[in-house]
Amino acid sequence: MPAPWQGILKKIDDYRWEIPTSYKAGMSVPGLIFASESMLNHIWQEQVFQQVANVAFLPGIVGHSLAMPDIHWGYGFPIGGVAGTRVKDGVVSPGGVGFDINCGVRLLRTNLTEEEVRPKIEQVVAELYTNIPSGLGSMGKLRVNEKELDEVLVKGSRWAVEKGYGEAGDIVVTEDSGCIKGANPDKVSGKAKKRGVPQLGTLGSGNHFLEVAVVDEIYDHNAARVMGISDAGQVLVLIHTGSRGFGHQVCTDYVALLGEAVKRYGINLPDRQLACAPVQSPEGQDYLAAMACAANYAWTNRQCITHWTRESFIKVFGKSRRELGLEQVYDVAHNIAKIEEYTVNGKKHTLCVHRKGATRAFPAKHPDIPLIYRDIGQPVLIPGDMGRYSYVAVGTEIAMKETFGSTCHGAGRVQSRSAAKRSLRGADVAQALAARGITVKAGSMASLAEEASEAYKDVAEVVDVTHKAGISLRVVRSVPMGVVKG
Amino acid sequence: MEKEFEIINHTADVGIIAYGADMNEAFANAAKALFSLITELDDVEEAMHRDIELTAPDQESLLVEWLNELIYLFDTENMLFKRFDVTQLSQTQLKARSYGHKVDSSKHKLKTGVKAATYHMLKIDKSNGGKVQVLFDI
Repeated sequence: MPAPWQGILKKIDDYRWEIPTSYKAGMSVPGLIFASESMLNHIWQEQVFQQVANVAFLPGIVGHSLAMPDIHWGYGFPIGGVAGTRVKDGVVSPGGVGFDINCGVRLLRTNLTEEEVRPKIEQVVAELYTNIPSGLGSMGKLRVNEKELDEVLVKGSRWAVEKGYGEAGDIVVTEDSGCIKGANPDKVSGKAKKRGVPQLGTLGSGNHFLEVAVVDEIYDHNAARVMGISDAGQVLVLIHTGSRGFGHQVCTDYVALLGEAVKRYGINLPDRQLACAPVQSPEGQDYLAAMACAANYAWTNRQCITHWTRESFIKVFGKSRRELGLEQVYDVAHNIAKIEEYTVNGKKHTLCVHRKGATRAFPAKHPDIPLIYRDIGQPVLIPGDMGRYSYVAVGTEIAMKETFGSTCHGAGRVQSRSAAKRSLRGADVAQALAARGITVKAGSMASLAEEASEAYKDVAEVVDVTHKAGISLRVVRSVPMGVVKG
Repeated sequence: MEKEFEIINHTADVGIIAYGADMNEAFANAAKALFSLITELDDVEEAMHRDIELTAPDQESLLVEWLNELIYLFDTENMLFKRFDVTQLSQTQLKARSYGHKVDSSKHKLKTGVKAATYHMLKIDKSNGGKVQVLFDI
């Protein structure tokens, strides 16, 4: 029997599949899915074709409506979707960023080896769990008022460093130096600020985590060395969180506001969750100013958590920060819209690039990446699920040409949360992980079951596609040793 | 008692279908479904209440904004709700009183965090009393 997608998808090569504009009336550009043939049946079941096609309706979209190999069914945009719209006459869509604005990943390296950390991993995980507020309904230990919050929204990571959370060097190796310009707190509702004040400096729940990991394979020794990663057995720390209730409220507010703008500007959309407004319109500009606030909030959040992570290691190992290493390798967003320049079909455009569950992947020599990475390309951080492994990769020229400098962001779910909970109990998941040498501490056992390995695609398959397609290149693989879940 | 709501599977997120003798009741049951994702409703007392009044451009927006308002009250006031009286509901206006209690970690188990109600797959069906479908971002 032929696969259900045959006759719809046009095969470009083993890792590129086009959805022609004839698939759905109203598409103004074709879709392009990065996947292996074996992934396509699942992607088909996920209704992702429809969602990729729907994004192709957005006014001003250029090139392709893109899907990374970790793609899965989202709301409006698919998760793992990338779209570039012309700033001149195109739109910006809050749904193309998502509710967790600037959800992203930060990677720290240590001077510690697996042999040194493993005997103390229970202590490390317990200390991280105590020191970093996590879980549903948790409150931060930072006490900011609304005026201070406005400073956070404008300054981003720099606010945290000025207050003593982290170091100036961290900012250098953060996307956009931890601050998107143009943030305007006046464009953020009082409700968003009310949600944001108590949640600053919290990990949150769901798929957010802190992970102590061990380097298990190095693919590109030169790039790894530049990142300060020298050998298998070296211990790393991954931080995955975003803008918490603040970002959720900004998105909620602007989906409602732009839902009205869609009518005023006469925009035809197949899904209301794609609500958008011209980038240059007052509504579009207001959203970008508010989104920048949420992005800066998220960077501040990860910056504070970085500081408490260092404190936790210092306490457990009784060594100084310098002895421990714990330098930041990089911090990158995977839910964001950015104004960037690309050449598409020989024509130069200033675009609003929406990355929803996709990571920026700029190549070597790009002026927007830190000087230390100019020879190797921007580090791309791709966390997998908590039972398998995570990857570090670097961006490429191919990504600049084909995907608006973007690549995958993680494993991508294959099983719904309720299905995962039905088939697995949190306690069993913890036990199975322990048997494999992974210590987990979670605020809720239910959330642990929801996030079990079985609920996710194997991130190795995802990274294999992005590597072979050339939109990011593998550098390092790590395996988890200790995980804190909200 | 007929079924009040059901949970529908979605890979990354969670959807609900809520039923009612009329649309007011379907809106109330959609809210109940939302809080059933967040906590065990049996453990929540009805000792406190909050009043919500909303206007929106159409009934679909009203449904999304009603649920998002409840998520906001949970996030900012730690309110868990279990019973909802939707006293007024038109195409553009809603008035409701919601009963519940603030989170007490000794009594309430928190399950899933809900980021927002979305418009994706949103359905309002008046043909047989009231039936609504909503997808939440989790």
